[in-house]
Amino acid sequence: MALLEVEGLVKHFVAERSLFGRVRAHVKAVDGVSFSLQAGKTLALVGESGCGKSTVSRLILRLIEPDAGTVRFDGRDLLSLDAAALRKFRREAQIIFQDPYASLNPRMTVAQILTEPLALHDLVPPAQRRERVADILRLVGLEPRLARRYPHEFSGGQRQRIAIARALAVEPKLVICDEPVSALDVSIRSQILNLLRELQDRLGLAYIFVSHDLAVVKHIADRVAVMNLGQIVETADAGELFAEPRHPYSRALLSAIPLPQPHAKRARVVLQGEIPSALNPPAGCRFHTRCPFVIDRCRAEAPALVSDSAGHAAACHRVSELPPADTILPATAGFSPALAKLVAAFSRKTEGAAGPGVGIQSASPPTT
Amino acid sequence: MSASPLIEIRDLRIRFHGDDGRVTHAVDSVDLSVANGATLGLVGESGCGKSVTSLAIMGLLPKQTTEISGAIRFDGFDLLKTPDQTLRDLRGNRLAMIFQEPMTSLNPSFTIGDQIIETILRHRGGPRKSARERAIELLRRVHIPSPERRIDEYPHKLSGGMRQRVMIAMALACDPRLLIADEPTTALDVTLQAQILELMRELKAASGAAIILITHDLGVVAEVCDEVAVMYAGEIVERAAVDELFAAPQHPYTVGLLGSIPRLDHRAEQLATIEGMVPNMAQPPAGCRFAARCPFALEACAKAPPPLVEVSPGHLSRCIRAPLERLVS
Repeated sequence: MALLEVEGLVKHFVAERSLFGRVRAHVKAVDGVSFSLQAGKTLALVGESGCGKSTVSRLILRLIEPDAGTVRFDGRDLLSLDAAALRKFRREAQIIFQDPYASLNPRMTVAQILTEPLALHDLVPPAQRRERVADILRLVGLEPRLARRYPHEFSGGQRQRIAIARALAVEPKLVICDEPVSALDVSIRSQILNLLRELQDRLGLAYIFVSHDLAVVKHIADRVAVMNLGQIVETADAGELFAEPRHPYSRALLSAIPLPQPHAKRARVVLQGEIPSALNPPAGCRFHTRCPFVIDRCRAEAPALVSDSAGHAAACHRVSELPPADTILPATAGFSPALAKLVAAFSRKTEGAAGPGVGIQSASPPTT
Repeated sequence: MSASPLIEIRDLRIRFHGDDGRVTHAVDSVDLSVANGATLGLVGESGCGKSVTSLAIMGLLPKQTTEISGAIRFDGFDLLKTPDQTLRDLRGNRLAMIFQEPMTSLNPSFTIGDQIIETILRHRGGPRKSARERAIELLRRVHIPSPERRIDEYPHKLSGGMRQRVMIAMALACDPRLLIADEPTTALDVTLQAQILELMRELKAASGAAIILITHDLGVVAEVCDEVAVMYAGEIVERAAVDELFAAPQHPYTVGLLGSIPRLDHRAEQLATIEGMVPNMAQPPAGCRFAARCPFALEACAKAPPPLVEVSPGHLSRCIRAPLERLVS
């Protein structure tokens, strides 16, 4: 059984009211989203600004209430939980936000930040909390002596480690990562991505990874759902989706990402026009205003998300007629032979010489 | 490459004097040149000095707290010694800049037309009517639909991608010889980024202007640049033609950067990481500034600052262990 099952999730925000409070316009932020996630796996929600990916993550945690749909976590229907049961659920599902500068309380020390969830959920007796905080810090590659410091004393990457530590303090089964590396510099980004993967292997965590960056998603996801204007337009296992993207929007996203490889031979799908507003999404297929393959049917009739036997689903009327996708990503491997050797040497050496408090140190999983 | 470059930076040093008396070494001995019609990518992470370098070219650094030495030769001027009045004539005219945040770099209380026309009138003069016509023409060049109508709209009516197009139109208003683009696509979604990069390529081909593109995204560099300069802690650590740099980088920092980006064309089990932190630039290290984080560092690296040397024709590296192939063969 899947850890998380989401069925027909809908959230419309009120955008405008008349003088007498009658609703005039809705933003259809999430409009019929369904997916499931296995324990210990990573599902990536991908899309551009305003596609509803962050709203989905907040709906799952019931930080906002959905208008329709069901969310089942470990067999329980989340939407029918009362306050006490909801609190218990939130111990099992945590979230990490994009901006580590904004998501940590500047007036609390790291120890306080990490002790709070332990106390709230009454997980660890007060006498052992200090030891537990040290364990968690070691787990995310920070030195326990840093617990007395305040967030402003840390760099962006270290703060994101603290945010991860806070999420992991309550031993969740599911962690929602909402653009966790978008605000970080490239070299720091790779440290956090490596850490997230290592923690997943070690602790059996399931991730919902919300991101606009398909290169990052390719690195971390087992399964990918591409969203456009509140709906999933394509979902598949990560290998499948990157090897053979079916929906024109997924193809456009993939081809739009600049590759760190000069003169890479690849087909370009440059979309014309702007992203339509979710306030007034186009009729029929919501992608039709930007789609290079649009026909009359797309303007009138919304396509259903149809899955094949392997679980690769796309919502497009013309999916069987589209040209093959093999030119969107170049077949040649990214690194030149010389660079591959250099990078391997670089990584090998740094592993041996990781500085204290920065590298990922060996730590045992926390015990209660 | 032509004999005399369009812009030539020699031994640029920039220090900031803080309120508490601390001196930050923002940029140190930077040498750069860009030929007519070429695109140079200036790459590095936050705080490496890439934006400060561009602000120095534009003469936009605060005079009271900044100490600048060296020379920036552009079009017969030394920009560091040019009086403010002349600099104002150059900026927006032969020298133009696009910033990262199109939301904050347009004035919200004027229409986009007013803002473009102001630039044209300031530098070119002439009747307002013809300036307006030129503004419409510029908006059309950056592919803004129905420019005759859009020109009278205020910035808040436009989306992020549109605003960035307006910024580009404004920068192109007086046919600049040099365009500095500071992270022009970082705030945009990928499909819009692709449109803007396409536009920049197109405009470069049409106008022959030189571009300095400042970015942290090596993918963007690979797509639009001819030459790349990698900056670390205020210094240029490597300079090469774009193909060279991506095929065989000669500075360990560049190797680390290239290894640490997740790639669409290659799935690594483990990404490379650059351990440690950037040095405190109030007291830069005596030797190589990257030595403390460098897996290839020797004792000698921490002792004396390495010079920027030519490893192969046109490929410069600030590393005493270059060529790096020796280390892995």
